[in-house]
Amino acid sequence: MKRKWYDYLWVAELLYWVLGLCNILFAWLGVLFFFIPLLMAAIGGNKIYCNRYCGRGQLMGLLGSRLSRNLPPPRFLRSRWFRGGFLAFFMVMFGLMLRSTYLVFSGAPLRQTVTLLWMFKLPWQWAEVDMVSPWIAQFAFGFFGVMMTSTVLGLLTMVLFRPRSWCVYCPMGTMTQGICKLKQKKEDVICGGKSKEDCRIT
Amino acid sequence: MAISTKLAQIGRECVACGSCLRVCPKSAIRIVSGVIARVDSDACVGCGRCAKTCPADVITIVQRRVAE
Repeated sequence: MKRKWYDYLWVAELLYWVLGLCNILFAWLGVLFFFIPLLMAAIGGNKIYCNRYCGRGQLMGLLGSRLSRNLPPPRFLRSRWFRGGFLAFFMVMFGLMLRSTYLVFSGAPLRQTVTLLWMFKLPWQWAEVDMVSPWIAQFAFGFFGVMMTSTVLGLLTMVLFRPRSWCVYCPMGTMTQGICKLKQKKEDVICGGKSKEDCRIT
Repeated sequence: MAISTKLAQIGRECVACGSCLRVCPKSAIRIVSGVIARVDSDACVGCGRCAKTCPADVITIVQRRVAE
């Protein structure tokens, strides 16, 4: 099958890590990985980002083809409770990250650390962040920690189970699927049980 | 053309990630409204690649029911 341009988006994921390690402020680019899938789901009512454009998924697929044990993941991983619970936990942690950004905005000192797996504070003193406001740098440190944590979890489950195991409990995937479900329900109500195509015609 | 005796079947806990789309040699799978994957039973040859790839392990290969 002929490859398309979007089959190479794993390069964007790699580039994100290289840039972020060179200068933490590039962590801000990760906001795109948050908003694009949400917008696509909210506007288009689909998971085309996950299906086609997710660079992380592609990278896990590529690495996993060599490193994964290719074993079926445990059942709980795909359960609604686990996926919803993990999303809730992730959002709480994200909220705490935003709170620390706000605190720095309000005058608290900048903490030059990247938190991995919500516990381990990695020192990041070499980062040059003097050119921006401290809260902008604080968000970058926090966001890079979020991205790093999810990548480490993704790599771990990639090795233990199947290459794209992260996709099963990825908070973005859970959110976009939830948005699509809501949109579909709304459309079902409006269309009165007709198929989407029929509904658009009439 | 002979139809395969096997067919992929997708479980309700599908996360619609689309991993199966990439490996299906017959492009017999599509994601419906971002919610669940669906198999085109006419196109599916039951090769099982999707089942081996599915990260949620919700795809099973079943015996095709013969039309009466």
